[in-house]
Amino acid sequence: MTFVGWLQIALVLSAVVATAWPLGIYMSRVFQGQRTVLSPVMMPVERLLYAAAGVQPAKEQSWIAYTLAMLALNGAGFVLLYTLLRSQGWLPLNPQGFGAVSPDLAFNTAISFVTNTNWQAYGGETTMSHLVQMVGLTVQNFLSAATGIALAIAVTRGITRSAVGTVGNFWVDMTRATLYVLLPLSIVVAILFAATGVPQTLAGSVDAVNLDGSKQAIAIGPVASQEAIKQIGTNGGGFFNTNSAHPFENPNTWSNILSIWSMLLVSTALTFTFGRMAGDARQGYALLSVMAVLLIAGVAVVYGAETSGNPLLASAGVDAAGGNMEGKEVRFGQALSALYVVATTGLSCGAVNTMHNSLMPLGGLVPLFMIQLGEILPGGVGSGLYGMIVMAVLTVFVAGLMVGRTPEYLGKRIEAREMKLAMLALLILPLAILGFSAASVMMPKALESLANAGPRGLTEILYAYSSAAGNNGSAFAGLSANTPWYNATLGMAMLLGRFAYIIPVMALAGSLAAKTKSPASAGTFPTDGGMFIGLLIGVILILGGLQYFPALALGPIVEHFLMQAGRTF
Amino acid sequence: MLTHLRPAIVLLCLMTVLTGVIYPLSLTGLLQIAVPRTANGSLVERDGKVVGSQLIGQVFTSERYFHGRPSAAGQNGYDAAASSGSNLGPLSRKLVDRVTSDVAGLKSQGIAIIPADAVTTSASGLDPDISPAHAAIQIERVARARGIAGERVQAIVSQVTALPDLGVFGEPRVNVLQLNLALDAALAPGAG
Repeated sequence: MTFVGWLQIALVLSAVVATAWPLGIYMSRVFQGQRTVLSPVMMPVERLLYAAAGVQPAKEQSWIAYTLAMLALNGAGFVLLYTLLRSQGWLPLNPQGFGAVSPDLAFNTAISFVTNTNWQAYGGETTMSHLVQMVGLTVQNFLSAATGIALAIAVTRGITRSAVGTVGNFWVDMTRATLYVLLPLSIVVAILFAATGVPQTLAGSVDAVNLDGSKQAIAIGPVASQEAIKQIGTNGGGFFNTNSAHPFENPNTWSNILSIWSMLLVSTALTFTFGRMAGDARQGYALLSVMAVLLIAGVAVVYGAETSGNPLLASAGVDAAGGNMEGKEVRFGQALSALYVVATTGLSCGAVNTMHNSLMPLGGLVPLFMIQLGEILPGGVGSGLYGMIVMAVLTVFVAGLMVGRTPEYLGKRIEAREMKLAMLALLILPLAILGFSAASVMMPKALESLANAGPRGLTEILYAYSSAAGNNGSAFAGLSANTPWYNATLGMAMLLGRFAYIIPVMALAGSLAAKTKSPASAGTFPTDGGMFIGLLIGVILILGGLQYFPALALGPIVEHFLMQAGRTF
Repeated sequence: MLTHLRPAIVLLCLMTVLTGVIYPLSLTGLLQIAVPRTANGSLVERDGKVVGSQLIGQVFTSERYFHGRPSAAGQNGYDAAASSGSNLGPLSRKLVDRVTSDVAGLKSQGIAIIPADAVTTSASGLDPDISPAHAAIQIERVARARGIAGERVQAIVSQVTALPDLGVFGEPRVNVLQLNLALDAALAPGAG
């Protein structure tokens, strides 16, 4: 670790917060129906869309109607994407001539992009036509992110409103998230990416004859437009197999910084939106502080583990000064590679500029644990905020138990019904992650997919299901996941992690919306101070630790000690 | 549920047109006009022929050229149509064996300190850069193969070495293709 390394990390994170703050305020105006700078351009488009779709924007929905509308859009999106993938061979804009995607891979991929996971059991440049990348995958990058933002806004309304039966209109929130937030940001970011050197062309590949006389076919395509929404929407699905490590997706230091900044931007901004809509900015700051503390702690562990390097290679005669360079690109350096690893998993982004499967044992432990903590640090666009709100509800409940008072969050009494719903949501992730992992390690067929033996093999499986259920999408990529078993079960894990999680959370929001807000009294536990921040961090870590420590002990933790002992597999 | 079907289908179709057709195609048009070189992959031409992309690493085997890092992309490395890392964990015997044999090869050339990036594969398998330390250990070999003084090669390496942006961001690095082109240009018959 170096001072300059930490300086880079600090500057990038400061830039995120400095820009997320105005964006958060802007978003609170957008979703409360107030005028913004983009209104003159977007209002006519918005009206046109509502008229065509038969949506009455002023009509609000109950939490059930809101959730059903969300499921309808996502269901239709799944059907469209699956159809596109299966019929790819007959469709135009396919310069490489790729054939139809197999049924199990199409199922897995369609779910993956609809749920904002972007788990990719395929290599982009060897599987997907330009048409599918643009009309199929890019569209879901927008809509799944817009869905997440809409849900977060609905949950925020549920908590901040008093005694109402509705949480907003899904069609309006989703449309506004796309038109006012994601699309304009993506256009700006795509142009910035192009300025750093990311290509944008409809050509499929370029042939070169290298200086040595060898031939090289270079895959290329409309990368910048997909890269922008991939990062802004915390989707993470790369145009190329190696994602943001590929020089066309991430050509230099500036594109790397732009990548990190753009994936953190919206999720960070939503904490400011939350504070604004709650009428108390400090509520948002408290949630953001928790995210920042845990994120930076994660970066410190990864940065430390990776710069100290691999002792097995050091004893083979490699200079330890460079740190662990297996699976890393020279142009990014250790500091911003470590920040990328932690940001992409603290978010539910899943873009990678480093191959996670080649991280050191403790360097690989952190991204895995960040995902398992529930994708709330700061989490995917929208899903991070509502996930953190569930944790906050749980924290006030724990605090209430300690002193024997009825817990309240933002003036809403948290009672048995709310706690049951919160627990239901929280139990989905460990069920999907540990359940499917346990099933896989007992199946010889599933174990044939492993790329590494020993504890890393277990970690590959654990990481795959964590990534799927947490809707992250990054991978310990050696695992050959394009098999019917993994495609099917990872698809199910993604569905559970997204929809089985959000339904109880929306029910919680609906239940809170109906309650009357009670004024703060001397007995109210303040949820904007250091005590609450500390407790919330504790709850997140204890919950995550209790659920996953045994599995982690058998994976990356034992691997760390075996490495100290010089064992190889 | 049925009441939601019309808005779902209509909005999905319209959003597909907006974000899946208009958005990428108008950006393609704009960027093809504004930045044609990078929009088409930062291709490098010499004598009218494409010799590669400045951003994409490639295989160099000749002793007269600087070599890039080991690569796990495709069968023979640097397959720019199938990017890939090795995905080997730190305890992998395959990794340790590969590195041990590469280190032995370098040591037999009399190189004492082996930089990490010289014996490890990159994340993409297409890393276009090497570290200055990795370039330094190749200077003597290249100079010998070209029959010129090491100082001349060293001077070209220093010219091509990129420093951290603003003195802070990123790592010092050497683009291998750019370096080899600069070598060829400087040492071509008739060149100074």
